[in-house]
Amino acid sequence: MAADFSFNRLPCHERAEVEITVEGQKIFALEGETVAAAVMHAGLRPTRTTPVSGSGRAPYCMMGVCFDCLMNIDGKPNTQACMTEVREGMVITVQTGAREVSGGDV
Amino acid sequence: MTESVRLNRGSSDVAVIGGGLVGLCIALGIQRQGQQVTVYDEGDIALRASRGNFGLVWVQGKGDNLPAYTRITRLSAKLWGGLAEDLTQHTGIDIQLQQRGGLFVCLSESELNSRQQMLEKMAAEHPQGYPFDVLDLQQLRELIPEIGPEVAGATWGPEDGHVNPLYLLRALVARFESLGGKLVNAGQVSNIIPKKSQFVLQSEQGEFSCNKVVLTAGLGNKSLGPMVGIDAPVFPNRGQVLIAERVKPFLNYPTGHVRQTVEGTVQCGDSKEDVGFDTGTTTDVLAQIAHRATTMFPLLKDVNLIRSWGALRIMTPDGNPVYQQSEQYPGAYLVTCHSGVTLAAAHAGPIADWIATGIADPAIDLEKFHGSRFQL
Amino acid sequence: MTGLQQFDLVIIGAGPAGMAAAREAGEAGLNTLILDEQPRAGGQIYRNIGRPILQDRSILGQDYYAGETLLAGLSHVLVTHVANATVWDVTTDNTLSFSVKGISRQVGFKKLLLATGAQERPVPFPGWTLPGVMTCGAAQILLKSSGLTPTGPLVIAGSGPLLLLIACQLIRAGVRIEAIVDTTPTSNYRRALKEIFGAIKGWRYLLKGARMLNEIRRSGVRYYKSATELTAESGSDGNLVSVSFRKGSVHHQLPCKTLLVHQGVIPNTQLGRALELEHQWDEVQQCWKPTLSENGCSSHPDIFIAGDSGGIGGAIVAEIQGRIVAKEIAYQLNQEGAAVIGIDQLRKTLDDQLAIRPFLDHLYRPLDMFLRPQGEIIVCRCEEVTAAEIRGLTQHGCVGPNQTKAFCRSGMGPCQGRQCGATVTALLADELGKSPEEVGYYHIRFPIKPVSLGELAGLSQSDA
Repeated sequence: MAADFSFNRLPCHERAEVEITVEGQKIFALEGETVAAAVMHAGLRPTRTTPVSGSGRAPYCMMGVCFDCLMNIDGKPNTQACMTEVREGMVITVQTGAREVSGGDV
Repeated sequence: MTESVRLNRGSSDVAVIGGGLVGLCIALGIQRQGQQVTVYDEGDIALRASRGNFGLVWVQGKGDNLPAYTRITRLSAKLWGGLAEDLTQHTGIDIQLQQRGGLFVCLSESELNSRQQMLEKMAAEHPQGYPFDVLDLQQLRELIPEIGPEVAGATWGPEDGHVNPLYLLRALVARFESLGGKLVNAGQVSNIIPKKSQFVLQSEQGEFSCNKVVLTAGLGNKSLGPMVGIDAPVFPNRGQVLIAERVKPFLNYPTGHVRQTVEGTVQCGDSKEDVGFDTGTTTDVLAQIAHRATTMFPLLKDVNLIRSWGALRIMTPDGNPVYQQSEQYPGAYLVTCHSGVTLAAAHAGPIADWIATGIADPAIDLEKFHGSRFQL
Repeated sequence: MTGLQQFDLVIIGAGPAGMAAAREAGEAGLNTLILDEQPRAGGQIYRNIGRPILQDRSILGQDYYAGETLLAGLSHVLVTHVANATVWDVTTDNTLSFSVKGISRQVGFKKLLLATGAQERPVPFPGWTLPGVMTCGAAQILLKSSGLTPTGPLVIAGSGPLLLLIACQLIRAGVRIEAIVDTTPTSNYRRALKEIFGAIKGWRYLLKGARMLNEIRRSGVRYYKSATELTAESGSDGNLVSVSFRKGSVHHQLPCKTLLVHQGVIPNTQLGRALELEHQWDEVQQCWKPTLSENGCSSHPDIFIAGDSGGIGGAIVAEIQGRIVAKEIAYQLNQEGAAVIGIDQLRKTLDDQLAIRPFLDHLYRPLDMFLRPQGEIIVCRCEEVTAAEIRGLTQHGCVGPNQTKAFCRSGMGPCQGRQCGATVTALLADELGKSPEEVGYYHIRFPIKPVSLGELAGLSQSDA
């Protein structure tokens, strides 16, 4: 994670911190925020590569309409990071190309 | 648009009405015989079975009530490789043909048994051989390790395969046009007037004349047929299809209900409903299709459905194709079937040759496909 | 269908239109369900309003916190608010399917109100898919829900009120903006002036605009007017490194790690399209919108639309429309004359609020390069289909977007055409010399949001 892509956090009202793992690194996110926000705060870029050309993408619309923020969240591939709230212990990785099929037994 | 009606905007040797897979294959084949062909097509919104189908090049089980249909299906499957090669070579479009065999997965022992009986009966009618295999769950697992535990088994057809039907359509258009064929977005052809040694087609775009006319308009043939003295007893039969997101390759063979495309998307389908011209989808049928697909392949459970649609098969009373020339107005032909993908190579080959030259290859048993069989 | 939980009214979307409608409906005695995709009500404009995150209220400003009063509508005893609810199917037998945290449910309704808001207009230009390029709306959402501001160097490019607003909010938050690249064409100012009468009637909006421009000027941020040829460029790692554009005859290139883009907003019509409601092309706003009666009824008698999803008007307009539509629905269901009391006054307020629109719509009409891109610019972000490919297919018998979709997969990806639909229609219209109305739009299919096969299978009868 290149720290120089980190989105800066302004002074916020008190929120509980949630520990999550992004690409193997433990980071803190704020309770109630989305995975997309958390990984942008962490400076992760790109957050997925496309199944067509393998080019990198990152969250674009933040409101669930562009599907460019698809990530692997807790073993579930192609999950919209901007529509998923962080949860303690969550494990998040970059979605690389087409997803795996696992059967949802994760 | 000006008010002056554009009469005789064009004339051609052969007019093909309907720019779907059937029409374009026929057109391409006739063109190869050196004749000038014009295809008349509707616009963006049309029923278009060519766009809604499942993409199977499928042999097993076809023609259980008509051995001639089995034969032409197998002939087409044999000719398919040549068609694909020709299209890819000349258009650069990979239509993704794979003919490595296909599976019909059965969820119960009784389903598997009745399928086996049907195939055995068909084999008896084809003394020259009719290859198939019945696999129990254990044997099926060797082909597809991911198969679900509740599956009873499958039948295997070595001649089965699949193709990308959308790229096929695109390649057919490109090939047809590159050989000088004309594709006219004429809207619906509303009338065909047989004249002396000619036919005049009327549409909202004007009038067109031709020496021969081939009806390949799918369900539209029902109203077009009588204009040239042919009864076209076609009716719609809806199939709902689900398509899921791209996933890494997991399924090496097409099955009757689930197939993975080269892009990685997963298609699930095979509902058969009599609902008239409704191309919509219904939640309960989609849920049943999803239930069956995830029972066959439990690993699909968390895969996302992206799109669904209802497509209308063009059925005949016995489910088999109709190929016939009008007795009343020679030069007018009807070509209709519900397997435009599987039969593509037969249509572009022997069927087109028959229309272009008047000589039918005995291998296609042409008389067996005459519509008079429904008048008994 | 029997056995399903039934509601008088189901509202989709808890933004200003949906929340205002819910309150009216509850007060009129309608058993109302309001479904929203987000964990908290507010829509995009009042995102997270029930739980504001920023300590400094001046950053987002009064207009944002004004949304707090709308939340009261959701606490009415007859109103059930379900958060995190993604609607994926509505059938013509008045059944609706939605998913909450991986489990799907179905409910029945007498009337349905679509209050699904707007989305930002897709702005295809070279490099718009690069990591680091995001919409102005996305930056606002990050600010409202996480208190996050973009990594710099930061450039904001495009046209429209939201662009000015996010610039001001970031300036107030102390964020350094390298440049604002305004792509509003000079000719738009002349066109907009013809609508000055309406603009004067909507003077409050004009004043807001002038204040924002003033705030930006005072901040000293470089401001490039009438810029063209916007391009985002990537470095060796594939991420955004610079943005270039032309102003007059001068070509500029600025180092950039975040580029916020904006070209206005368009109605979110996905669900209405899937329901095959009648839509029409709005030439001034350059977008599709549903055909609606005066009281917000669509071409289906049980389906109503309010707020930006029925045509762009902004938050206050949405709130008024929500109230009008709810009154109409209550009247239809209760057949009580009393229910329509106050509707005339609401309509008058609505007219006043809409007076500014023609001025804004003409002023902020996007440059042609964004509406009708050329060459190798990606149009379909999901399937990576270029403008040239779509245009070229008109040479192969394609006269509409459903044919091009079949031939090149544009619109078949997970966004289901939301990012390419408007552009594909515009490109075909351009090539064929037809109007967008004649070319038509994608046939949108269910599910309107992806749902897992397992979840769908769970609804099957054979599963019981």
